[in-house]
Amino acid sequence: MLLPSRLISGIRHIGHRVIEGVWRLGIASRFFILVLLKSGTSLRRFNLVIRELYFTGVLSLIIIVVSGLFVGMVLGLQGYETLQKYGSESAVGTLVALSLVRELGPVVAALLFASRAGSAITAEIGLMKATEQLAAMGMMAVDPIARVVAPRFWSGVISMPFLAAIFSVMGVFGGYLVTVVFIGVDEGSYWSQMQSAVDFRFDIMNGFIKSCCFGVVVTAIAVFEGYDAPPTAEGVSGATTRTVVTSSLVILGLDFILTAFMFRGVS
Amino acid sequence: MTSENLIEISGLNFSYDTRAILKGIDMTMQRGKVIAIMGGSGSGKTTLLRLIGGTIQPTSGYVKFAGKVVHELDRDALFKLRRKMGMLFQFGALFTDLSVFDNVAFQMREHTNLPESMIRDLVLMKLHAVGLRGAQHLMPNELSGGMARRVALARSIALDPMLIMYDEPFTGLDPISLSVIGNLIRRLTDALGMTSIVVTHDVQESLKIVDYVYFIADGVIAAEGTPKEVRESVAPFVHQFVHGEEDGPVPFHYPAQSYRKDLNLENALA
Repeated sequence: MLLPSRLISGIRHIGHRVIEGVWRLGIASRFFILVLLKSGTSLRRFNLVIRELYFTGVLSLIIIVVSGLFVGMVLGLQGYETLQKYGSESAVGTLVALSLVRELGPVVAALLFASRAGSAITAEIGLMKATEQLAAMGMMAVDPIARVVAPRFWSGVISMPFLAAIFSVMGVFGGYLVTVVFIGVDEGSYWSQMQSAVDFRFDIMNGFIKSCCFGVVVTAIAVFEGYDAPPTAEGVSGATTRTVVTSSLVILGLDFILTAFMFRGVS
Repeated sequence: MTSENLIEISGLNFSYDTRAILKGIDMTMQRGKVIAIMGGSGSGKTTLLRLIGGTIQPTSGYVKFAGKVVHELDRDALFKLRRKMGMLFQFGALFTDLSVFDNVAFQMREHTNLPESMIRDLVLMKLHAVGLRGAQHLMPNELSGGMARRVALARSIALDPMLIMYDEPFTGLDPISLSVIGNLIRRLTDALGMTSIVVTHDVQESLKIVDYVYFIADGVIAAEGTPKEVRESVAPFVHQFVHGEEDGPVPFHYPAQSYRKDLNLENALA
């Protein structure tokens, strides 16, 4: 049976895209392993990582603190509105804390981190490549992966869990502000219900593990996209966009998988 | 000055996929000389520098640097060899997150265990050599194009290399900066006993400072000689290039079908 040529070219196009995607994933994986293998310099000269920690971690603090506060305030307000219908508004502290520690803290902090620090890392490495700084470094017998990429990667991996934790703390405080200070929920029940409902191992540790995974994934994508960017203005801008889009999708997909493993059957 | 060869290139071929860039290049470069490699845009000049630096592998043939075949070295040996080479990129390629001082100190800090006080003295000496000791605290974005090129030059001589490669060092400079860079290349080569390879298409400026010129066209050496020979050459390609003539062996028109045919005038006069 003869298939119409348009259908064949469509199938061929899909095939090309899939092969290209698999190919790129392979290159990215190899790059990731190279970064890990060449991390010795970063760990020996930790001041290189500390310098990057300032740019990726400390400078992301403002957006994390402000967003965390508002997310917590919204959660408190919405939670109170719903819970008071059933007369259980004292459980609002539990609702706010569990939502933040298990899900919103790691996920929203990672999304913000991808758009604030991830895009900056991609743009910086991409521009260093476009202006031949990476080539110049190679010609000076200094490996750019060890000297430029690895410190940025580790700074992202280290700062992500801290940022997620700060996000959750600010959210809990935001919820407290709205429900206890403005609405007048009992302060004792807000904190004590939270304390008895939030489990360190199940909730806080799992949230921490999530944020570590997101840190690795977001920074790995950011450094790869920067290093792989075509050395032109369009190339770098395209890579920056891809960092934000890919990391956001991967964060949400990975969050579902991790949640399925961590919280299945936990009541 | 010794006349021993620092670089020997023999039968060098290089292709991107199936497109041949260099086709059987043979060159020798003596120690202590300034050698220019000239040719139109896209003629493979920069590719030749990258082959000497070992950042790409030849399809066949070899580049021998100080007696060693560059593409046969493993990564560690290649990195060791590169410490003896400096390269000045087209627009300087200064590290934009480091100050002028730290840019020049970069290689010393990466490759040596010298105390910071000695690094400081060395950096100031290198910056003094290019006349920018006073600019040590500036950031690269505060420098003019010519100054950035001079800082990059100071950075590339940081570890006293045997060879410096200049990739289009004169591009986009005003006439004063242009002759400053040209004279620096000559003076530093003589003072430090280095060898310099200048890839350029700035004929007049480079003929003033170089000892020998190679012309590359379509991946082969089209002509070679001393600046005097080149100026007086009657070979059509060299004459066109040196005097910047619009038409000659390198045609003005990109290959196309006949003009009359393109304008549909084939039958107009019939």
